[in-house]
Amino acid sequence: ITRKPETSNCAPALSQREFLPAYLHCIPLSPPSASASASAFVLARFNRARAARMTLPHFVCETPLFMPVGTQGTIKGLTTSQLEEIGCQIILGNTYHLALRPTSELINELGGLHKFMNWPRALLTDSGGFQMVSLLHLADITENGVTFQSPVDGSPMLLTPEESIQIQNKIGADIIMALDDVVKTTTTGPRIGEAMYRTIRWIDRCIAAHQRPDEQNLFAIVQGGLDPVLRDICVKALTKRNLPGYAIGGLAGGEDKDSFWRVVAQCTAALPEDKPRYVMGVGYPLDIVVCSALGADMYDCVYPTRTARFGSALTPEGVLKLRHKAMAEDTRPVDPTCACMVCRTYSRAYIHSLVTKDAMGSQLLSYHNLYYMLQLSRDLHYSIIQGRFPEFVCDFLKKMVSSDNHLNYDTQITDVFLPMKTLYLKMRKLLKIFLTVTSPSGSAMPWRLQKLILELVSHHPRPKQRSKMPLGLITGIARAMRRKRPSSLDILSSKRAPRNYYKGKNCKPTGFHTRKGGYVIVPEKLPNYVVPDLTNFMLKPYVSQCPIEVLTTEASEPIK
Amino acid sequence: MTLAFPVAMKFAVKTWSNGKARAGQLQLGSCPSPMETPALLLSTRKGLPLFISPDLLPDLPYPDSALLHVSPLHFVETMSPNIISKLGGLNQMLGLHRHAFAAFPRDSVQCLPEFDSSNKLGASFDTPSGRRLIKPVDYMELICSLKPSLWATLADEVPGWVSDHRNKASVDRTVKWLDDCISQSPASGAVFGAIVGGSDKEQRKRCALEVSKRNISGYWIGGFGFGESMDDRPALLNEVTDHLPGERPRLISGLGLPEEVLQGVAAGIDLFDSSYIYHLTLGGFALTFPLDLLNLAEEFPEKTMGIDQSKINLKATVYRKDTGPIVEGCVCYTCRNHTRAYINHLLNVHEMLAQILLEIHNTHHYLGFFQAIRSAIKEDKFERFCDMFLQKRRDHLTAAVAVGA
Repeated sequence: ITRKPETSNCAPALSQREFLPAYLHCIPLSPPSASASASAFVLARFNRARAARMTLPHFVCETPLFMPVGTQGTIKGLTTSQLEEIGCQIILGNTYHLALRPTSELINELGGLHKFMNWPRALLTDSGGFQMVSLLHLADITENGVTFQSPVDGSPMLLTPEESIQIQNKIGADIIMALDDVVKTTTTGPRIGEAMYRTIRWIDRCIAAHQRPDEQNLFAIVQGGLDPVLRDICVKALTKRNLPGYAIGGLAGGEDKDSFWRVVAQCTAALPEDKPRYVMGVGYPLDIVVCSALGADMYDCVYPTRTARFGSALTPEGVLKLRHKAMAEDTRPVDPTCACMVCRTYSRAYIHSLVTKDAMGSQLLSYHNLYYMLQLSRDLHYSIIQGRFPEFVCDFLKKMVSSDNHLNYDTQITDVFLPMKTLYLKMRKLLKIFLTVTSPSGSAMPWRLQKLILELVSHHPRPKQRSKMPLGLITGIARAMRRKRPSSLDILSSKRAPRNYYKGKNCKPTGFHTRKGGYVIVPEKLPNYVVPDLTNFMLKPYVSQCPIEVLTTEASEPIK
Repeated sequence: MTLAFPVAMKFAVKTWSNGKARAGQLQLGSCPSPMETPALLLSTRKGLPLFISPDLLPDLPYPDSALLHVSPLHFVETMSPNIISKLGGLNQMLGLHRHAFAAFPRDSVQCLPEFDSSNKLGASFDTPSGRRLIKPVDYMELICSLKPSLWATLADEVPGWVSDHRNKASVDRTVKWLDDCISQSPASGAVFGAIVGGSDKEQRKRCALEVSKRNISGYWIGGFGFGESMDDRPALLNEVTDHLPGERPRLISGLGLPEEVLQGVAAGIDLFDSSYIYHLTLGGFALTFPLDLLNLAEEFPEKTMGIDQSKINLKATVYRKDTGPIVEGCVCYTCRNHTRAYINHLLNVHEMLAQILLEIHNTHHYLGFFQAIRSAIKEDKFERFCDMFLQKRRDHLTAAVAVGA
């Protein structure tokens, strides 16, 4: 592995300049930090947003950046040469999957993951903890590590911080993540605090077990749920360890956006300025723009590639569902403003015919979606450097909420793009965040930005839905509303409930559910009925209906 | 850049061998340089290769890979002819301006002819959107919107075991539809007349003579590849090609395996459409047979018995740690950039990239095979090439038998 020299002034080596425009002019604002081999070198700022250059052993990256997720040693459907062409800087690999197949020993023997998949630029591996908890059955977290059921033979196994770091050392990525104790954001109670303190104890074990500190950068992960106090404790404790970079974890679950942005804002305000910040699992373009404005640098998500495989393309106007039948007649490119190979060559109608039916469709859409995300990262980086970040953000939002799109269609299609109402609500929340977030020095957002956003908001009043339903439908609905409804206190039955409602009959479970949705019966749990010997048994399983003469005593006279 | 007025197809035979095999040059409208025959048509789905993405296509040897086979039936139900015309036909729609397209309905993987349901109105095919009866009118509508460089007329293909009555009927229908299609043919694009006839030599001869009477640019031979035996095939092929004029190109569909290709070349056929690469790629196989047979000395390495010297199954565990390329010295994208161990891993985790890389290599290798055939014909050593090739394929079987006995 060749180490890139630490650059002390701005111009990058010519070989990495492929996607840098000629007019780049760097303004160094802070001296390079003295950490091992990742130096984040902030080039320019706008309030809290920063554009930086991160020097890694295999590549010099420009932040804010997006990392495609190559789970099992490859991005699904794209070759490494295509990834280089679209300007991908770092790829994420999942330790859990790679340790399973082809095993970290094999990767080590063959010279590391870079050589194995022939990717010359940077790699990042996560600790494997998240997959354990989300994928595996019976994952239990103890102080020692994460116990889980091995997917190979079902035997109990233990993943300790030491082992996670060892596996990542063998894989050989430029950035490795410490094993953390992840809890869902919907959890409440002392579990969150327990997880947070355990993460801090584990980071020390990770640091001790790390055997290649000058070739691989260990990032710590800030946990603490949605509680600002816990997050603050965690940030302070991790900062004391002086690691090459920090990640903000535990946020990719089902929390609402308000809490999400608040946590990111708090962490980015408290984390050190000269180290990169990585928000894990953040993938929607809007979220990336917001987090970049709040001061985060690195993002990863499976969203672009996954949504491509399901036939949706990311465009500046929103998510375009290419599976919709309106696309069969559309001869425009997927995104007329995009410069990628797919948008320059193919039309929506052709890609509509390919998606979900042919492998080529998901390849082309993955290519376009990743190009879109990487172009977004480049745009963020250069707009900050060139001092036009607020204009870029306003332009980005305007395109997403613009109502012109809907006029291009002859038919009334409102479900091709995300409904305007949802976007509008999202934007109002965003406006609140922007207006309340302040820069470190204490001054408020520039009034220009406020004015622009207020203008946008005022031009788009809450859209009114005009009903176009026929009269019969309306009367039917009115009738349904007037009908006497059974009290909602009635016991919910399987018939009335949503499809996933399960209600049993108090039978004891006889096995366990497998990860793939099946059910394995455990013979020991099956009810074992002990039936006695029934030879010469006189009783029958029924009572005869024919009356039989029975002699009774006088006591059975009818009562008067 | 497409030409404003596409040049018609030009074909010329350059070299004749002792037998009927011939090497020629085919100049098609949209390709800047001529292709050499015998040549392979790359199979596609809706115009693009199954797994090789369009930016990796230029990596394949050009102009060998310039001719792509597209089946108009892939577009039935998914894209209407209006839209295809609006987008400017195949070359414009796919952005493949240096490539030429050959359109005929039979695609040995997805669009198989259903001879039971064909009737006098049209031919029946099993398409991705169900069983369809394709009438000459509908077929021509698709061809006119696709604007391929060369296309075959609609044919009623039957396998070899049908009754004589059915066979005769198929020949009559095919000739009738040939006339229907020619009368509605678009301005551009070379017409290839379809020749069928099952396993009946008389019918084959009759069909060939009938079709050669029409003024068309080439011949598309169908009805093979339905499971007839390889021993009977050369006689039937010869029966057809004997009665066709020599200066027009011949295209055959359904002969995919290397041995079958050699049979076809020996009978005088120039263009082949094959699903061999597709089946290999899906099974995880990569072609490894040596291409340079004529100059190869006899020290062909006899590996452990049972290993098929022509292809390797990269799913096998022996390749887990193999850091060599698939074939030493191969210049395709896969062999330059990736190792057998990596492809083995990709196959084990069911990643699409495995099929992409394998299809690139297999296509490259098979095109190299055709190149070897062409050089053998030009040096007039074609029969010897055939013999050596078949012998090498059977070598491992004889070795296995010898050891086991």
